[in-house]
Amino acid sequence: MSGVHATARIGARADGRGGTALPVLESDGPLALRRTRGTGEEARVLLVGAMSGPLGGDRFAVEAEVGNGARLHVGSAAATIALPGQTKDEAHYDVRLAVADGGELRWMPEQLISAKGSDLFVTTRADLGADARLVLREEQVLGRVGEEPGRLTSRLTVRVAGRVVLDQELACGPGAPGGWDGPAVLAGYRAVGQLVVVRPEFHRAPTAARSVGEYARVMPLAGPATLVSAVAPDALRLRRALDEALTHVDIR
Amino acid sequence: MHLDHSHHGPAAVGADARRADGSRRALRIGLGGPVGSGKTATVAALCRALRDELSLAVVTNDIYTREDAEFLLREAVLPPERITAVETGACPHTAIRDDISANLEAVEDLEDEVGPLDLILVESGGDNLTATFSKGLVDAQVFVIDVAGGDDIPRKGGPGVTTADLLVVNKTDLAPYVGSDLARMAADAKAQRAELPVVFQSLRGEAGVADVAAWVRARIAAWTA
Amino acid sequence: MTRAALLVLADGRFPAGGHAHSGGAEEAVKAGRITGVTGLEAFLRGRLHTAGVVTAALAAAAAAGADPAELDAAADARTPSPALRLTARKLGRQLMRAARATWPSAELDALAGEFPAGAHQPVVLGLTARAAGLGAADAAYCAVYESVSGPATAVVRLLGLDPFAATGVLARLAPELDRVVDRAVSCGTAAPTQGVDVLPAASAPLLEIGAEVHAGWPVRLFAS
Repeated sequence: MSGVHATARIGARADGRGGTALPVLESDGPLALRRTRGTGEEARVLLVGAMSGPLGGDRFAVEAEVGNGARLHVGSAAATIALPGQTKDEAHYDVRLAVADGGELRWMPEQLISAKGSDLFVTTRADLGADARLVLREEQVLGRVGEEPGRLTSRLTVRVAGRVVLDQELACGPGAPGGWDGPAVLAGYRAVGQLVVVRPEFHRAPTAARSVGEYARVMPLAGPATLVSAVAPDALRLRRALDEALTHVDIR
Repeated sequence: MHLDHSHHGPAAVGADARRADGSRRALRIGLGGPVGSGKTATVAALCRALRDELSLAVVTNDIYTREDAEFLLREAVLPPERITAVETGACPHTAIRDDISANLEAVEDLEDEVGPLDLILVESGGDNLTATFSKGLVDAQVFVIDVAGGDDIPRKGGPGVTTADLLVVNKTDLAPYVGSDLARMAADAKAQRAELPVVFQSLRGEAGVADVAAWVRARIAAWTA
Repeated sequence: MTRAALLVLADGRFPAGGHAHSGGAEEAVKAGRITGVTGLEAFLRGRLHTAGVVTAALAAAAAAGADPAELDAAADARTPSPALRLTARKLGRQLMRAARATWPSAELDALAGEFPAGAHQPVVLGLTARAAGLGAADAAYCAVYESVSGPATAVVRLLGLDPFAATGVLARLAPELDRVVDRAVSCGTAAPTQGVDVLPAASAPLLEIGAEVHAGWPVRLFAS
C-alpha cells in the first residue's frame, strides 16, 4: 500500500486595491487550508491538519505562489507530527514556495515533531525573484516529550533570482549518518530551527552577525539573505530564541 | 585575464623578490626568540625609530592570537592598518618555518592594502631556541634573547643563536641583578657565530634600539641597491 | 597519475595553512562538548558526515571538471556561517599558493585570477588534484581525511589527549571515510553534467553556530 498522496495549493495576487486576493486556495485530503483575517494588505492562510500525519508512505506537498505586489502569511493551526505508518516506507513532505518580484511571503508554520519510529523526508524549496521578500521559519523537534526521535531528513534550498543563497540538509535520528547527536551536530539538543529572511535591502546593508541569547546566531548569507540558526533543549526555548532573533533581522 | 604569463595572478609564490605587478616588494625581516626576551618591545622601538624615514608594517604571530598585535596597537607605534596578526594554531614555529602560507598572505595583503612598503617586520610568537624563519618568508632574521634567560644561552647555541643574521642580547640593564656575565655571553656568541653580528641592548638605556635600527637601515640599503 | 602525488597532497605537512585551524574543535572543547576520546570520536564522525562529505563532493566535482565558479557559489550556499566562509576562502588562497608552486597549471592560474581573495578550499583542492594528475576519488580522499585529521590533531594539543588514542579514532573511522568518499565521488562526478544541485548539502548546526562563537573570542589558539 502506498499511503496518502495530497497536494494543497495557494496562489496570492495583488487585488489592485492595495490588498491581496487568493485566487487559488486548494485543500487536499488531510491538508486543509483556511483563509483567516488578514492585516492591511496581507492575506493570511492557516494550514489545518485534518488528520495526523504524515505517516510512513504518505506524500504530502504544499505549494504557495505569491505574485508581484501580493503579501501572504501562512501559518499552521498546530504542530505537524511525523508518525510511523503501516508500512516501512518513508514519508515525504514537500514544500514549494515561489515569490515574484515585489511579492512577500511569511511562511511561519508550527513545529515539525519527529515521533519515534517515523521516517520523514522534508524538502523545502523557495524560489524568489530578485526583489522578492521572504521570512521562512522551520522548526524541528526530535521526539515527543521524553521520546526517542524518528528519522528525519530535511533539506532547505532558497534561490534568489535563480542563484542559490542557502542549501542545507539536516539528517538526524536512528538510521541517519553517524555523529548527528554528537558535539559537531546537535550534541543532545532536541530542538533545532532555522529562520531565513530575504530582503533586497540586504544587498546594500547586510545584517550583522550576532548571537541572540544562548541558542541562536544570526548569520548573513552570501546574497541578500540572512539565516538565524538555533539549537535548544526544547521547542519552547527554540521558539523564544527565533522570535527574539526575528526582531533583530526582520527590518522593514 | 592572462594565462600565458606566470607572474599574473594574485600572489607570487615563495620568496620571489617581485610582486605580481613586477614592482619590488618590501624587505622582510623576521624577529624570533624565546618567550619574554623582548621581541615585541624591540619591534615597537624599531617602529618608533624608523617610521618617519621608511614605510613599514608589522605582522605578529602569537601563541594566543592577537595579544602582541594589540600591544603594538595600544602603544600606537603604527597606524592600526599597518599591523596584522597571524593565528598560529598553538604552533608558532610552524607558521614561520614549515608552513608559511598564512604569513605570506599577511605580508602580501599589507603591501596590497597600505603599500608601497619599504619594510615589513615579521615577529614570531615566543618559542624555543630552535625556531627560525623560512627563507621563503623573510630576507633576514633577528634572534632576540635576554640576559635574564640565563647567560649560558649563547654557549648552548641552537639554530636561532648560531645562524640568525643578527643576534640581539636584550635587557643588558638587568645583568647585575640576575648575575649574568655579559663578557662571557659576548665571547660565547662570537664562538658560535664567527663573523655574524651581535648587538647588546637595553631599551631603557639612552641608545635604546639604535644599533638594531642601524643594522636594519643597512639591510634596506642593500635590498634597494 | 602517480600514487605518490596523492601522498604529497594528503600529507598534513603540505604547506597550505591547515595547521592553524581546528575545524571547530577548539570551540567544542571550550564549550565542554569534547572532553576526551569518546567525545572526539563523536565529533569527528559528525564532522565527517556533514562538512566532510560536502567538501569531498565539491573537491571531487572540481577534479572531475565542473565549473569552479559554480562550485564556489554552491560552497557559499552550503556555508551559512560568514566566519566559516571566510576561513574556507583563506585556506583556499593558501592552498592555491602551495599548489601553484608545487604543480604549476593554467587552470590553477585561472582560478587564482578569478578569485584573488581565495576560492573555497575544496574547489582549489579539486583543481590541485587535477594539476597533480590525480582523480576525483583522490581529491575526495584528501578532503575527507583533512576534515577529520585536522581536528584530531587540534584536540591532541588542546586537551593533551594521548596521540595514540586520537590516531586510533582515525583508524576506526577509516571504513566510514571510504563510504563517504564513495558518495562524494558519485555526486561530484555527476556535477559536470547534472549541475551543482546534485552535491550533498549536509549541515551541522553546532559547527556553524560554534564557528561564529569562536570568531568572536579575543583569545584563542586556533584561527578557526
